[in-house]
Amino acid sequence: MTEPREGKYRKERIDRGIKARSDTVYIVSSPREIMYVLLPRVLPVIGLLALPLVLGEGYWGRVLFLCCIYALLALSWDFMASVGLISLGQAFFFGIGGYLAGAANLYLGLSPLFSIPIGALGGGAICTLLLAPVVRLRGIYFAMITLTFPLLVSRIIEATKILGGTHGLPGIAFFPNVYTAMYVAVPILIICMFVFRRIMNEDYGTVLQGIRDNDRTVMSSGINIYRYKIETIFISGVTAALAGALGTHYWRFVGLSSFSWDFTIVPLAGAILGGAGTFAGATLGIFILVPLSELLREFAGLRIVFYSLILAVCVIGLPEGIFHYLQRKYSQFERWVAV
Amino acid sequence: MGNDVLLKVEKLRRSFGGIVAVDNISFDLPKGEVLGIIGPNGSGKTTLINLITGFIKPDSGKVIYQGKNIVGKMPYQIANMGVVRSFQMVRPLYHLPAFKNLIPSLYAPRVKKLRGGKFGERDDMAIDILDDIGFERDSFVPYKLANALPHGYLKRLDLARCIALRPDLLILDELFSGMSMSEVASTLPIIERFNEQGLTIIMVEHRLRELFRVANRVIVLNFGSKIAEGAPAAVMESDEVKKAYLGTEEDGS
Amino acid sequence: MDLLIFGTCNSILLALIATGFSLTFGISGVANFAYGAIYVCGGLFVWALISKAGFPYLASIVISIITMGLFGYALYWVFLFRLRGLVLNEVIATFSGGMAILQLLRYLGFHGYEYALPPFMEGSIEIGGVGIELQRFFMIGIGAALVLFLYFFTHHTRLGLAFRGMSQDERTAITLGIDSDKTAALALAFGSSLATVASITILPLGIIDIDRGFDALIFALAVGMVGGLESVPGVIIASFILGFSQQFVAVFFGSAYTMVVFLSAIIFVLAVKPAGILGKFKELEERV
Repeated sequence: MTEPREGKYRKERIDRGIKARSDTVYIVSSPREIMYVLLPRVLPVIGLLALPLVLGEGYWGRVLFLCCIYALLALSWDFMASVGLISLGQAFFFGIGGYLAGAANLYLGLSPLFSIPIGALGGGAICTLLLAPVVRLRGIYFAMITLTFPLLVSRIIEATKILGGTHGLPGIAFFPNVYTAMYVAVPILIICMFVFRRIMNEDYGTVLQGIRDNDRTVMSSGINIYRYKIETIFISGVTAALAGALGTHYWRFVGLSSFSWDFTIVPLAGAILGGAGTFAGATLGIFILVPLSELLREFAGLRIVFYSLILAVCVIGLPEGIFHYLQRKYSQFERWVAV
Repeated sequence: MGNDVLLKVEKLRRSFGGIVAVDNISFDLPKGEVLGIIGPNGSGKTTLINLITGFIKPDSGKVIYQGKNIVGKMPYQIANMGVVRSFQMVRPLYHLPAFKNLIPSLYAPRVKKLRGGKFGERDDMAIDILDDIGFERDSFVPYKLANALPHGYLKRLDLARCIALRPDLLILDELFSGMSMSEVASTLPIIERFNEQGLTIIMVEHRLRELFRVANRVIVLNFGSKIAEGAPAAVMESDEVKKAYLGTEEDGS
Repeated sequence: MDLLIFGTCNSILLALIATGFSLTFGISGVANFAYGAIYVCGGLFVWALISKAGFPYLASIVISIITMGLFGYALYWVFLFRLRGLVLNEVIATFSGGMAILQLLRYLGFHGYEYALPPFMEGSIEIGGVGIELQRFFMIGIGAALVLFLYFFTHHTRLGLAFRGMSQDERTAITLGIDSDKTAALALAFGSSLATVASITILPLGIIDIDRGFDALIFALAVGMVGGLESVPGVIIASFILGFSQQFVAVFFGSAYTMVVFLSAIIFVLAVKPAGILGKFKELEERV
C-alpha cells in the first residue's frame, strides 16, 4: 500500500477502457477486445493441456500430476467455502475416495476405468452422509468436526486393521501408461474449474453465496438452506474423492498417509494464497505452491512448516489472494485524484 | 377483500428461562386486512413474529394458516406457503448487488413453480420488482453492492425480497425504523397498493402515525400479553394502552 | 481397582491440560489452536534450562512459566491482532502456526529418550495393591489447585470477569472499559502459562514427545466441547467422563482406540448438543 500523497488526494480505481467495452455484447466488434477477454482464459488452458507433453514422464511429470490432484482438492475446498462451509478436513474425502477406489480394484478386480468413478461417487456419497447431520452447525463447529474426521477414520483403520491397517493396500493397478494418466488428470481439472465457475455464475451459485453471507435471510426467502449445503458437500466431496481415486492409481498404493494433514493444508493454503472464491485462483495457488515446495526438497521435514506458515501469513496479511489482485490489476487501473 | 380468516393464532406461549416473552396470545386475521401490532420495547412483538414464521418454536399454542397448523415447520417451508417476513435488524446479502439479493426469493420453489426462469430471466424479474418498490431501473441503485447502500435503502430492499416471493401474508417487522420521513412517505403508498391488490399484511411498528394511516385494526402488546385490540383510534384512547406506553403519573403531581 | 485409580489420574491429567485451553478459548473466546505447540514448548524450555544452562529445577519451572506466558502475549500481537472476531481465521492461523512450530521442533531433532524431565520427587506409594508414582500425586494436587484457581479467578477477580465479559459480548465489554486487545492478549498469556504448568507436571511421567503436543490440543478440545467451553465445573465433569472412558477403552479394547474415544466424543457432542453438558449461552446461536 503506498502512502497517500501530500494534500488532498485519494486513490481511484477505474475500469480500463477495454474492460468497460468488453463487458457488454460489443466485445465481438473488435479482435482486440475478443483477445482481451479470451486470452486469460484460453492461454492457461492450452498451456495446461500442453504441459504433459512438455514435461514428459520424468520427475516434473510427476509433479504435474501432483499439482492436478492438489488442485482438485483446492477446488473442492473452494466450492464448499463458497456456500460458507469451511472445511479443515479435505483429507477425509481424499482418503475415503482413495480407499474405495483401491478396494474396488484390489478386492473386486475392477479396472481403473470403473474403480475411479466408484471411488469418486461412492466417496462423495459416504462423506456427505456422514457430514449431513452437522450442516446445521455454525461455521466454526463444522470446521472442527471436519478437522476430526480424517484423524478419527485413520485411527479406526489403524486400530481395527481393516483395509490393510497400518500397512495399507499396495499393488494397485496403474493407468495404461503415464500419458493416459496425465491426460485424464489435466482435462478433469480443467473441466472441474469451468464447471464450478459456471455453477457460481448461475442463479444456483447466487443462492449459495447468499447462504454464505446470511443464511437466515435466505432461509426466510423460502430456500431450504440445508439441502443446498448438503448438495454442495456432495459435489465437493465427489471432486475430492476423485482426486483420491486418481492418486491411488497413480501411486499404486493407498494407506493411512492418504488421511494425512498434507492433503488438507496444501489445498487450503493454495486456495487462500490464490484467492478464495475464485476457482482459477485456487488452481493458480496450487501451481505456485507445489512446484515451489518440490524445489525446496532438501528441507523435506520443513514442508509442513512451509505450508503452515504460508497459510498463516495469507490468512493474516493477504486475505484477498493473488488471483483477485491480478484480476484487479488486469481490469482496472488506479490513479491519484484530487479531492 | 373476503371475510375468511387467513391466519388464526391460538394461545401462543413462549418463555425464555424465567421470562415469559409471549403469554397466551390469540387473534384472528381476515384476508385482505392490514393489522398493526404495537407495544413498548420488549413486549414480545418480534418474538411473536418469530413464533408465527417458524424461527422459534412455541411452548404451546397453535398457528393456523389457511386451515393448517404450521407450528413446527421450518421457516423456509412457511415462506413457501406464502407467509413472508422482513427483519427488524436487516441483514442483506452484503457481497451481492441489490438486485441479486432477490435471486434467492425468485429461486424458491414457490416462485420457481409459477414463473420458472432460465439464466438471466431472474435478473430481469429482480430489476422489475425493484423498480416497483422505487429503485429506479435506470439508476445505479439496483446494481450497487448491498454493503454500499444506506440503511433506508436496505429496509426497502428487504421489502422487495419479501414481495419477490409472492406472499399471501406479509409480515413487516419495524420496516420504518431507521427510514427517513421522505422514505416512509414514499413507501407507504407502495404498501397500500399491495394491500389493494389482495395482500394481507401484519405490521409491527413504533411509528404510530404512519401505521394508523394504513392499518385497519391494531393489537397492543405489553409484557407478552395482548392488552387491547380494535380500531386504531379507539385503542389509543384506552387507559391501559396509555399506561403501557407512557407510564402512570406519580401521585400528587 | 486399578481402573479406578488410573481413571482418576487420567481424568485429572485431562483437566490439567484442559484448563489453559478453556481459559483462552472457552472463557475468553480467543481461539488458540497452537495450544499443543505451547504445551510442548513449555516442557522443552524447562529441559533446555536444566540440561543446557544448568539452572536448578524449581527456577527453571518458574522461568519457563513466565516466559511461555510472555510468548503467549506476543503470540496475540503476531497472529491474532488482525483477526479478532473472525473466529474461523483465528483457528486456521493459530492451528497452522502451532503445526509449524511442532514440525519445526521435530525437524530440529527434539525427539528421543534423552528429552525427559525428572519427576519432582522419586518413588512411589502402594494403594490397593497398585504402585503409583509420587509424581502422580503431585499431578492430582496441582490439577485440583489449578481448577479451583480457575474457578475463583473467573468468578471473583476483575481480570477474570473481564475475560468472561469479552467472550459474551465484546462490544459491551469495550464500552465498560475493558481493553479488548490487551485483555485478549492477557488471556492468551494466562492460557500459555497454564499450559506450561500442565506440561511440566505431566511430562515427568514420560518423555517429551512432539506428538503429545498435538494430542494435548485434541484432549483439551474434547474436554471443552463435552463439558461446555465456558463452564469450569463442566471441565471437571468432562475430564472425568473422558478420563474414565479412555481408561476403560484402553483396558478392554486396546490402547489404539483411545484417540478414537476423544475424537468420537467431539463429534458426538457437536452433533447432539453443541453447547456441551453445562454450556449455556452459545446455544441460542447454534442454529439459524
